Amino acid sequence: MKTAESERTTAVSTLDVRDDFPILSRHIDGRPLVYLDSGATSQKPAAVIDAISDYLSEHNANVHRGVYALAQESDAAYESARERIAAFVGWEPRTTIFTKNVTEAINLVAYAWGRTNVGPGDAVLTTQMEHHANIVPWQVLCRERGAELRYLEVDERGELSLDQLDRELARGDVKLVTFTHVSNVLGTILPVAEMTARVRAAGATSLVDGAQAVPHMPVNTAALGADFYAWTGHKALGPTGIGVLHGRTEILEQMEPFLTGGDMIASVDFDGATWNELPFKFEAGTPPIAEAVGLGAAVDYLSALGMERVRAHERKLTGYLLDRLREVPGLRVVGPPEAENRGGLASFTIEGMHAHDIAELANRGGVCIRAGHHCAQPLMRRLGVAATARASVGVYNEPVDVDALIDALLAGRRVFEL
Amino acid sequence: MDDLYRDYILDHYKRPRNFGELDPHDMEALEHNPLCGDELGVHIRVKDGRIEDLRFHGHGCAISQASASIASEELKGMALEQVGELDADWAIELLGIPVSATRRKCALLGLKVVKGAVTGDNSWPVGSG
Repeated sequence: MKTAESERTTAVSTLDVRDDFPILSRHIDGRPLVYLDSGATSQKPAAVIDAISDYLSEHNANVHRGVYALAQESDAAYESARERIAAFVGWEPRTTIFTKNVTEAINLVAYAWGRTNVGPGDAVLTTQMEHHANIVPWQVLCRERGAELRYLEVDERGELSLDQLDRELARGDVKLVTFTHVSNVLGTILPVAEMTARVRAAGATSLVDGAQAVPHMPVNTAALGADFYAWTGHKALGPTGIGVLHGRTEILEQMEPFLTGGDMIASVDFDGATWNELPFKFEAGTPPIAEAVGLGAAVDYLSALGMERVRAHERKLTGYLLDRLREVPGLRVVGPPEAENRGGLASFTIEGMHAHDIAELANRGGVCIRAGHHCAQPLMRRLGVAATARASVGVYNEPVDVDALIDALLAGRRVFEL
Repeated sequence: MDDLYRDYILDHYKRPRNFGELDPHDMEALEHNPLCGDELGVHIRVKDGRIEDLRFHGHGCAISQASASIASEELKGMALEQVGELDADWAIELLGIPVSATRRKCALLGLKVVKGAVTGDNSWPVGSG
């Protein structure tokens, strides 16, 4: 029994980087921390923590203004981070805009692009599997502009139909198609390049939410072909407070600013102002400088690991997770059945236990998982579940983390006398 | 025995008292816990200024379901005036288990929906302690 288990465990390759993450040496009630909530936010390697600390200890100054040494060092650190962050996903720095998070990046597009390009009789097309961040801004825009918001349906396997996309585009009123790269609930990896090609051919604009993709797999935004691609730092081993929006030059140049004020202007007089060049036109006020430095260190760290290796590691680990979840009686996983077609997460229900109680009982075993609607209430209704528990992996997870989860779930069922 | 999931909590969760629909009814309300999407509604029948009968419906975690179930037994026969004065401490003491900050709303959802039905005030109940 023990032998079979260890054989199975060692069959999954490991990146073996747990020691790079200081927080993972913590214990919760005497048990080693098992962190399976990277879909919500990732833990940070020492390289990121040290880079932020070093920047604040040695170089801190505001950017784009000063002539003194610290200010020049800050400028260099901030713009160097932008270059590495853009290169990490195959995009140009000049059209790589720092925002607060993906939510702000999407709102930027909804406001600064949407208000000019979406009008009465037009449609915005999104999907039933979106995070609220990729639904609500479009509901607000469409209500304000007299446009219609429509949804691509999610099927039983947690996938979309490209035929339905074609049918929607053929109606001729779709101005924007906006969709997630990897679903934060189902784990589904969408065929982004195929979808953006169809959107482009129909003369519409595309926006992709890459929050759950960039930290976990090789992403080449140029090859994916989206007009806008947004992702966030804190899920990608970086700090909170920094998101990234990549956009096509010709579109960004035509757009009016989103937030206005300092830093985003070329000149201001009492009667008006002119806008700064890209990307600064979209970065009003003092930007997240230490955060950019931290995210720069994070993409350096991920690049050194190699994103192909990261994906291979997480795919095997997700396969192991799916296999072992099947051992728990009454447990049902939502989304694609195979690890090939999903990102590093699994959402599930257990008959007779509410998701909140599952997460509470997992915590007794030192295991951190999420429970609830995952900011995707329309999808939960579509799936016919009130809430799910979700385990999501990162580079630092190993098969033993999955084993701890399964032990905790089985123990939880015993508490509930199931 | 588990601190939180005590026998009587699980008993109320698995066999909730006074759950279902009540028709006709005089008062009703439906509330959501925005954190988790849980949903709890109540139907109340009133006689002589008191709750004659009530039924909860909806879905939620063990804490929210047990809390509503336990409270339902206390609420039957209670004067509407008194219902209006019930606070968070009442619901949490009645539940009888240590409730963490993150599960507090689970424990208070039942009282919130009842007070909403009776008084029209659907704010989260607060405690005096």
